[in-house]
Amino acid sequence: MAWVNAIIQGVLVGGLYALFACGLSLMFGVMKVVNLAHGDLAVVAGYLAIGVITVTHIPVLWSFLVVVPLMAVLGYVLQRTILQGALDRSVLATLMVTFGLSVVIENGLLQFFTANSRAIGTGLALVSGSFSIGSQIQIGYLLVVVFAVAVIVLLGLQYFLSATKYGRLIRAVADDREAAQLAGADYRHVFGIAAAIAFGTVALGGIAYGMYSQLQPTTGTDTILLFAFAAVVIGGLGSLWGTLLGGVVLGVAQQIGAQISISDETLAGFIVFLAVLALRPQGLISRGAQS
Amino acid sequence: MSLVTETTALPAERFRVTRSRRNVAWTGVGALIVVVVLAYFPYIVYSGTTAILVQAFIVLTMASMWNLLAGYAGLVSVGQQAFVGLGAYFVLILALHGTSPFAALPVAAIGCGVAALPMWWLVSRLRSGYFAIATWVLAATTMLIIEKFSSIGGGTGMPLPGFAGLDPTLLTAYTYWAGLAVTVVALVGIYLLLRGRLGLVLTAIRDDEAAARSSGARVGLARMLVFVVAGAGCGAAGALLAISQLQVQPGAVFSVQFTAEMAFVTIIGGLGTIEGPIVGTAVYMILQQTLASYNAWYLIILGLVAIVVTLFARRGLWGLVDTHLNVRLFPVGYYLRLDEERPRALRVLPRRG
Repeated sequence: MAWVNAIIQGVLVGGLYALFACGLSLMFGVMKVVNLAHGDLAVVAGYLAIGVITVTHIPVLWSFLVVVPLMAVLGYVLQRTILQGALDRSVLATLMVTFGLSVVIENGLLQFFTANSRAIGTGLALVSGSFSIGSQIQIGYLLVVVFAVAVIVLLGLQYFLSATKYGRLIRAVADDREAAQLAGADYRHVFGIAAAIAFGTVALGGIAYGMYSQLQPTTGTDTILLFAFAAVVIGGLGSLWGTLLGGVVLGVAQQIGAQISISDETLAGFIVFLAVLALRPQGLISRGAQS
Repeated sequence: MSLVTETTALPAERFRVTRSRRNVAWTGVGALIVVVVLAYFPYIVYSGTTAILVQAFIVLTMASMWNLLAGYAGLVSVGQQAFVGLGAYFVLILALHGTSPFAALPVAAIGCGVAALPMWWLVSRLRSGYFAIATWVLAATTMLIIEKFSSIGGGTGMPLPGFAGLDPTLLTAYTYWAGLAVTVVALVGIYLLLRGRLGLVLTAIRDDEAAARSSGARVGLARMLVFVVAGAGCGAAGALLAISQLQVQPGAVFSVQFTAEMAFVTIIGGLGTIEGPIVGTAVYMILQQTLASYNAWYLIILGLVAIVVTLFARRGLWGLVDTHLNVRLFPVGYYLRLDEERPRALRVLPRRG
C-alpha cells in the first residue's frame, strides 16, 4: 500500500510540476526564449505573497489575486524591455540575460531575506488538512486542489490558444513571425502577452509550492527550474498535455525514489529524465520537434 | 562575401593573407616575459597575494573554457560546475589512495575529459536553451550521485589528504605554480586549437551552420571536441580548487556559482576573443576583492554588469579595445590585405556579433 500511496502522491505533485513547466514551455514555444530565471521568479512570487499577507493581513488565498496579476504585469514589462532587447541580439543574449537575472534574483533574495526557508499559510485547513483512503493512503487537500488548478490552467491555455483572438495571434506569431507582422500583428506586444501569461502561471506555481513545501532563495533553480525543465523534456517539447504527463512521470519517479531511500527523491526524478533523454529524446508525447 | 568580389576585381598577386592586422610577434615575447615574472612571484610576494592569484588562475581557466564553448562553438552550458566538482573529486579519490594531489591534477583533467563524452551523448540531443538547462540537470545529478558515496565524504565532504609533512610555505608555492601551469596550458592549448583546423570549422559553423555542414565540416564532431576540452579544462580548475582549499565539499564544488562566474567574466571581458576572459578575470578579481566583505553583493553586481554588457556592449570590454585600438594579442582569424595600399586591410572573417 505504501507504493500505491507513493504513486498517488507522485501523480498529484506532478500537477505542481506541470504548472511550473507550462510557463517555460509557452515562452520557448512562442518566442524561443528559455527563461533560466523561471524558477527564481516563482520564488519571487512566493516571497511577494508572504509579504502581502504579512503587511495587509488579507486571507492567504486572496494573495493569489494580488500576486498573480502583479507577476503578469512584471512579465509583460520584462518582455517588452530587457528580454526583447536580448531577443533582438541573439539566442545567446537571451540565455545570458535570463541567467544573469537568475543569479541576481537568487543572491538578492539571499542578501535581503537570508537563506532561511519560509512557508505560506501554515495552519490553514487547506494546507494542513488531508483525507484518508484505507489506513495507509493519506491525501492532502492542497495537492488535490493544486492538481485540479494545474489541469484547469492547462485546459484554459489550450482553449485560449486555439479559440480566442489573442491565442490565434500568439500561434500565428510563433509559427511565422514575419508573415504575422505583414498581416498587421505587433509581435512585440504578442510576445509581451505570452510572457504575462507565463509569469502568471509561474506565480501560481510559486505560491502553491510555498504552501506545499518551503521556499528558500535557492529553491528557484535547484528545484523549480530543473523540475519544470525535466517535466517539459519527459513529456515532449511543445505539447501542453505532454507537459502534464511529464510532470506526473517526474512526480511518480521522485516519490518511488523516496520510498526506496528518502535521500533519493530528487535523484530518481533526474535519472528518469536522463533515461528519457537517452532513449526517447523526442519525449513521451512526440511532435517530432526537437529544437 | 566581400572576399570574392574584391579578388575578382584586382590581380591576385597583390594580396597577402595574414594572421593579424598588425605584427604581433612581440605578443609572444611579452606573454613569455609575463609568465616568467609570474613564475618568480612566490619568491618576491607574500603568500596572501599568491593565494589571490591562484583564485584568479582558477577563474581565468574556467572562463577561457566557457568562452571556447559559448564564444566559439555556440554551446551555452550552465552545467560546467559538473566538471569543476568532478575534477575536485578525482583529486580527492586519488589522494585517498596515496597519490600526491599535484600528480593527481593532470589525471583529474583527463578523467573529466573522458567523463564529458557520455555527458555529451546525452545533452547534445537538445539545442540552445534546452541544452543549457540539460547541462545544469546533469551537474545536479552528478552531485547527487557523488553524495551517495560515504567513503569520499558523502554529503558533507572531507579534507584533502596527501600534504602531510609538506612545509606550508612550500605548499603555497607549489599550489601557485600548479595554478600558473594549468592556466598557461589552457590558454596556449585554446590558442593553438583555434588557429588550427578546429578553429576554421568552428568559424564556419558560427557563420552558417547549414553551409558548413554541406561543405563537409563535421559539425557534431567539432562541438563534441570542444565540449571534451572544456570539460578537461574545468576539471583541471576544479582540481586546483580542491588543492587550494584543502577541502572538498559537494555543495561547494558543484555550485552553479562557478558557471555564473565563468559566464559573467567572459561576457564582461568579451565573448569570442581569447583576450576577453583575461580582461574579465581582472575585473572580477577587483570586484571580488573590494566587495569581499559584502557577501553575495559581488555576484549581484557582476550579474547586473553582465546583463548590461550583453544588451549594450555585446563585444565586451576587449571589444571596445579592439574597436578603438585595432589590436588582437592572440590572433586566430585571417586577414586579407593589399600589399601596396597598406591601410586597406580587408577582413576575411566577419566581425563576431
